Amino acid sequence: MQLTLWTYEGPPHIGAMRIATAMDGLHYVLHAPQGDTYADLLFTMIERRDKRPPVTYTTFQARDLGSDTAELFKTTALDAYERFKPEAMIVGASCTAELIQDDPGGLAKALALPIPVIPLELPAYQKKENWGAAETFYQIVRALAGAHAPAPGFKRTARLDGASPTCNILGATALGFRHRDDVQEISKLLTSMGITVNVVAPYGCRPSDIARLGEADFNVVLYPEIAGQAAQWLKRTFDQPFTKVIPIGVGATRDFIAEVAGITGVDPAPVFAQPDARSPWYTRSVDSTYLTGKRVFIFGDASHAIAAARVASKELGFTVVGLGTYSREFARDVREAAKLYGIEALITDDYLDVEQAVQALNPELVLGTQMERHIAKRLGVPCAVISAPVHVQDFPARYSPQMGFEGANVLFDTWVHPLMMGLEEHLLAMFRNDFEFHDAAAPSHLGKSAAPAKPPAHQAPPDAQPVFADTPQAGASITPVEADASGPVIWLAEAEKELGKIPFFVRGKARRNTERYAADLKLKSISIETLYDAKAHFSR
Amino acid sequence: MTSTAIHTLIPSPIAARSQGACSERPILKERGQREVFCGLTGIIWLHRKIQDAFFLVVGSRTCAHLIQSAAGVMIFAEPRFATAIIDERDLAGLADANEELDRVVARLLERRPDIKMLFLVGSCPSEVIKLDLSRAAQRLSSAHAGKVRILNYSGSGIETTFTQGEDACLASLVPELPLSAKTDAPALLVVGALADVVEDQFARLFTELGIDNVHFLPPRSSRHLPPAGPNTKFLLAQPFLTDTARALEQRGATHLPAMFPLGVEGTTAWLKAAAAAWNIDADKFNATVAPGQRRARTALEPHRFRLSGKRVFFFPDSQLEIPLARFLYSELSADLIEAGTPYLHKGHVGADLDALPATTLISEGQDVDKQLDRCRAAKPDLVICGLGLANPLEAEGFTTKWSIELLFSPVQGFDQAGDLAELFSRPLVRRARLEV
Repeated sequence: MQLTLWTYEGPPHIGAMRIATAMDGLHYVLHAPQGDTYADLLFTMIERRDKRPPVTYTTFQARDLGSDTAELFKTTALDAYERFKPEAMIVGASCTAELIQDDPGGLAKALALPIPVIPLELPAYQKKENWGAAETFYQIVRALAGAHAPAPGFKRTARLDGASPTCNILGATALGFRHRDDVQEISKLLTSMGITVNVVAPYGCRPSDIARLGEADFNVVLYPEIAGQAAQWLKRTFDQPFTKVIPIGVGATRDFIAEVAGITGVDPAPVFAQPDARSPWYTRSVDSTYLTGKRVFIFGDASHAIAAARVASKELGFTVVGLGTYSREFARDVREAAKLYGIEALITDDYLDVEQAVQALNPELVLGTQMERHIAKRLGVPCAVISAPVHVQDFPARYSPQMGFEGANVLFDTWVHPLMMGLEEHLLAMFRNDFEFHDAAAPSHLGKSAAPAKPPAHQAPPDAQPVFADTPQAGASITPVEADASGPVIWLAEAEKELGKIPFFVRGKARRNTERYAADLKLKSISIETLYDAKAHFSR
Repeated sequence: MTSTAIHTLIPSPIAARSQGACSERPILKERGQREVFCGLTGIIWLHRKIQDAFFLVVGSRTCAHLIQSAAGVMIFAEPRFATAIIDERDLAGLADANEELDRVVARLLERRPDIKMLFLVGSCPSEVIKLDLSRAAQRLSSAHAGKVRILNYSGSGIETTFTQGEDACLASLVPELPLSAKTDAPALLVVGALADVVEDQFARLFTELGIDNVHFLPPRSSRHLPPAGPNTKFLLAQPFLTDTARALEQRGATHLPAMFPLGVEGTTAWLKAAAAAWNIDADKFNATVAPGQRRARTALEPHRFRLSGKRVFFFPDSQLEIPLARFLYSELSADLIEAGTPYLHKGHVGADLDALPATTLISEGQDVDKQLDRCRAAKPDLVICGLGLANPLEAEGFTTKWSIELLFSPVQGFDQAGDLAELFSRPLVRRARLEV
């Protein structure tokens, strides 16, 4: 039993959902109790998907446990087939259904549906989300592409002269960190090398596309956490080589181009010189000197963390003081990478350990997941997000890849912007103790409207102290600002206290509205009644 | 002039209706995929309400992931909830699982000495493997006696839907409440988590009415548990508290049935139920509630214009659906197509249910795909649904309101009536504004 406050990864069936939701024409029938449908909102809210995930849940209840949950599964699977008419189906159990051992795979097989039905065994008490995604993708590939497998020992023959080489791009899923844009960027890069993309999977493909995977000359593995296992199998079965370089950063993108050139024999020279790759010049421009040696802490899934360390160190001139991952399956790779920076890798899925490490290392920038963003926020350290687990902010409306040359541009901007610019830092140090410029001073251009709050007529308890954005309480005694002379309205203590209960972000507005209302009615004091009268008055 | 007690002057809507139309009304009962949360989700608001309590879910990685996802953002460095994730070693033997739980609890309490009440919260996996959390709570209570009170309840999806988690939690608190005697002064207990600001408004109104001995369950601190006994009369502030109400009744407390305190009419009827039980003079009652009623009517007016005649469809979510539908229909003149609710407790929502028009389909339970078919066919102007359905329905051209906000926002009472109406009218206003 493990005490867990926050988790980096969901259970393995969430990984299966990420595969199913990425695809069209595939349906997932999940044996699961009521409540497991929460997972739908990850896709509809965080990723803002405009369709429900293609998942049907059996929704068994306690009273079903005594009767026939297996029958419930069969009915549900049959109904789902009739309603959605998918090309293929995956079936499996969530954590609770695993305990009741109904064997969804066997039950679905007994239905003899006229489509491929792929059973999933995802041990919920041992494995996690990324493993579940990898296993699901592998099972789908094995079942659907495997139907077209050549005889064992097959050797891929050289393609005919003049025919362009073809590849599959593997690993992008629903709810992936910038997968949508990475696929687009890398597809563009490969096309510019004269390579035809056969299938992108699982993102946006259909089961019938998976069946065609074997037709490509090689595979591009963008996310080894998800596509590694499938790529290995495709290599064994179809003799398809696959790429190992993750093209994050300018250096890695160039290595990736060289790797693809090596596999296919195409000339890499034309794509090396990319006029759109602005980050190399930006990082050499003089204002970037302030980036030199900034201490950076990096944590994420293995691929993104390792890639980020290289970019931070070689392309921005930072000092990597911490590197870690929650992907235990890839711990060895991260340990190897950490040695390059003379540090020990942090391998953990306990976010309190990560927080402790960040605190101890005292970095100037944190590159992490949404979890590290919160850690950094609490510690007052700038942060940029580089990896899943994701948040609604990680699905920007604009094009924002991490991979390829445009991805490198994006990394430069998103990692550098949280830091204070060199010149700005210099000026701040110079004026640090200036009377108009100290930490607590109100911004001078806000003038009189930024006057400190008038002390309440009666002393309110400390928790009711107003906190407004518009009336900083800064010890602004240095800047002389007179209290408003036009007969102040008095807040009665109870009303002041009540005001304190209103969320801080609307409290300023509530105060202003109430005072305006009281002034209009020429009231001398504001009671709780006045507060709510004003609220009703302004409610339209 | 002699004043007359309110209950003799004005016929109580409850008394007149309790055996009325609702029992004959056809209810569509459905069984199938439910697009709702399980009871664990209640931890999200309960841990904010009881400020020295900690909620430890004994469950799987799915449970931890659910709470984290439902909480939306990680605001708290160390939240007052966590999951003891069962792993394969625990599944090998139950004795081991108990020892493991003791170890986890010891570690937790060591880290958090500020915790005065710990809830062990059962989940689907813990129920299926029959991990006895009530025995664990007893064992751990004696082990940590004097420092922390340890209780248990189940928030599992196989037994509870969403808000039933709060019901299970509060029901587990009832045996802990100090027992008051029949001879003690009559006391009013308001049951169901309310926002502090709403609670304070109600407390003031009760004081003005002349009802002084008023308590709230859950309390803001585990050190201030309200007493309950035969002298207690209780009002339900939420419509999903079946087990809690039963537990209180077993203690001799009396339920005061009423509409739920939403909008002008709901709040008035709810307060009136208490006033009647305390024999409050009708003039005094009317004078006390008049300012609030007036403000609420003012605040509702602009929203009635926006919602009047709008065709509304409720998917089941929190069990608040029937009272909310009543508010939309009778106070904002909306047209109701379907009011779906996970469970229909006629004894508790009867007054609200009776106020709904016969043309509204009342459905209990869910088969989400069939319900979506009905919704699409009906083409409502506004769909109230959960987060899993809202964006897909918006993409199909429907205007939606996510139901969870109706539960998380302070909506009860006179001074929140306008806010509640606004939650419904905002999506319509927004759609009217947008030109993209």
